[in-house]
Amino acid sequence: MIPMKPDCFEKFQNAGERFLLEVSELQDNGKKVAGIYCLFAPVEIVRAAGAIPVSLCGKKEKPIPDAEKTLPPNLCPLIKSSYGYAVSDTCPFFSASDFLIGETTCDGKKKMYEFLGRIKPLHLMHLPYSAAEPHALEFWCEQIHRLGSFVEESTGQRIDRDHLRFQIRIHNRIRKLVRRISLFQRAQRVPISGLDIMTVMETKSCFVNPERYISLLVEFIAEMEAIAVDGFSPFETNAPRVLLTGCPIGKGSDKVLSMIEESGGAVVCMENCTGVKGLDLLVDEEEKDPFLALARRYLQIPCSCITPNTGRLTLLNRLINEYRVDAVVDLTLQCCHTYNIESRIIGDCVEKIHGLPFLHVETDYSNSDVEQLRTRIEAFLEIARWSAPAHAGNGKPPARIQFSS
Amino acid sequence: MKSRSKDQTVAGIDIGSRSIELVVLNADGILRQLKTPTTFDPLGQCRRLMGELEGGRVIATGYGRKLFAESFGQMDVSTITEIQAYALGARFLHPEARTVLDIGGQDTKVISLSETGKVFKFEMNDRCAAGTGKFLEFMATALQVPLESFGEYALRSDRRIAISSMCTVFAESEATSLMARGERPENIAMGLHMAIVQRTIAMLRRVGVSAPVVFAGGVAHNPCVVRLLEEQLGQPVIVPGNPDMVGALGAAICGKNGF
Repeated sequence: MIPMKPDCFEKFQNAGERFLLEVSELQDNGKKVAGIYCLFAPVEIVRAAGAIPVSLCGKKEKPIPDAEKTLPPNLCPLIKSSYGYAVSDTCPFFSASDFLIGETTCDGKKKMYEFLGRIKPLHLMHLPYSAAEPHALEFWCEQIHRLGSFVEESTGQRIDRDHLRFQIRIHNRIRKLVRRISLFQRAQRVPISGLDIMTVMETKSCFVNPERYISLLVEFIAEMEAIAVDGFSPFETNAPRVLLTGCPIGKGSDKVLSMIEESGGAVVCMENCTGVKGLDLLVDEEEKDPFLALARRYLQIPCSCITPNTGRLTLLNRLINEYRVDAVVDLTLQCCHTYNIESRIIGDCVEKIHGLPFLHVETDYSNSDVEQLRTRIEAFLEIARWSAPAHAGNGKPPARIQFSS
Repeated sequence: MKSRSKDQTVAGIDIGSRSIELVVLNADGILRQLKTPTTFDPLGQCRRLMGELEGGRVIATGYGRKLFAESFGQMDVSTITEIQAYALGARFLHPEARTVLDIGGQDTKVISLSETGKVFKFEMNDRCAAGTGKFLEFMATALQVPLESFGEYALRSDRRIAISSMCTVFAESEATSLMARGERPENIAMGLHMAIVQRTIAMLRRVGVSAPVVFAGGVAHNPCVVRLLEEQLGQPVIVPGNPDMVGALGAAICGKNGF
């Protein structure tokens, strides 16, 4: 069957190329580009100072050997790939960036930024470890102000509070629209593959003009509604509905997602930074102080770098029900300590509270483990098919025995 | 599906990293079981094994399952994962089995079965073959002991020393430095076996173990690994008569259930 996709899907596939074309023209006229590495970067601030934010997270294996000339090999591939692209000057988005914004989201990243700062001007935002601690909000709000000053200096443009409020409204709108797109996957007949949805969602950190991006999202939604009404699905009717959680993925680091779908599963929801994480967190448009409103919103992002990260469980509990999930795959990157450790908490929640099969996959960007992964994923989907609600009552989990020490 | 007469056969083939096993079933039970090394020409080896088969259904499992299905397209081939194959095979031989441990050439798998024999949960080592048959083979060679008698050799130890490295290369250096200190090679062999079992026990703990435990795969031939596992688990483990045939048997059973 030929997959049925919205005509405008191609525009999402080419978002990167179009971004680079458009941005080079704007830069000739003095516009600045801010390279960002994380969901914690308040893009409203960047936009309010007239700059264009773009995500620079490395998702491919290729530049890693260049990074390993400086960074230790046993470091997360995302950090090595990001740095490798920068130091080898092989990423056009990095080349296009006038300045960089990093956050202290993990030890690996924050130390990598010390090297990255030698290549381009870099502002590091310091994150509190907990959102609930006294002074955390105050501290983070101060960090957002400091970022504002840095961006103002870099662009030579003052941040006007009214314009900042305008940007807040625009970005809230974008979050709502992208969330609306993700919700198509709730349908019994899933209308589009998880891989395609990933391609669409990835563009949320790579567009030049927010208003035009909004129009594109609206166009996509309209086309998707027609497809959904038709009842088309790229999946078999009994495809297990998989929620993919964990570390961010994207074009190039999509091997696990692709393998799940090649093996007959449907990835209906991605709870990660590329996916729906943060989409339902909106900035309070009524708050008098837009900086404070931003601080409140961004501090709620349920990332594993925050401790305790209860927000992620709350979000997962909701998503599992909302998307009628049959099985959960937790994808963590090698040496990403926070997500790797948190996996046990997520697994317990999935298995004990929801009674669903759970698979933790730890991998990197290389293809060296593809066959092992395929076996694990195929076997996992066999379990998911068997334990889906329609087949319930096929036997209880076995009672565990005690070990002699 | 084509109708099948009573004397029709179904074959299960397990194409692993070290060896290929073939089990042929007919309506009465196991007709034939064969084993051959994988070598660098797995397809050629498969062809030789399959040579005498006259059609019928084939279920392929193991790392080579996809390759096999592509190359034997003229036959009625389907594939299942090793996880399912081992679960089915172990359950066929021992219907009471609730946990299956398989240590093969480059994989260790722990499979937890429900009361009805369905795979409930599993764990598998990732890309690194530390703690698998490959590790034992490498270490036996390093100590110049034939692989087949390595377990017996280790059981002749008079002292238990801990070897902490699980990486084959590091473990060899550790073994070398122990030899340099005058440690008996039997004791070093025991230490190496203990290292494997420790890693296996950790995997068993993660999945959760229910009795009875069936131990399959080539490493189940090793009496020292069996002894140490039983000590750690505090209960006997069941080793099938032909532990390395369990995957191929399970694949064949899978095909037979479609009769």
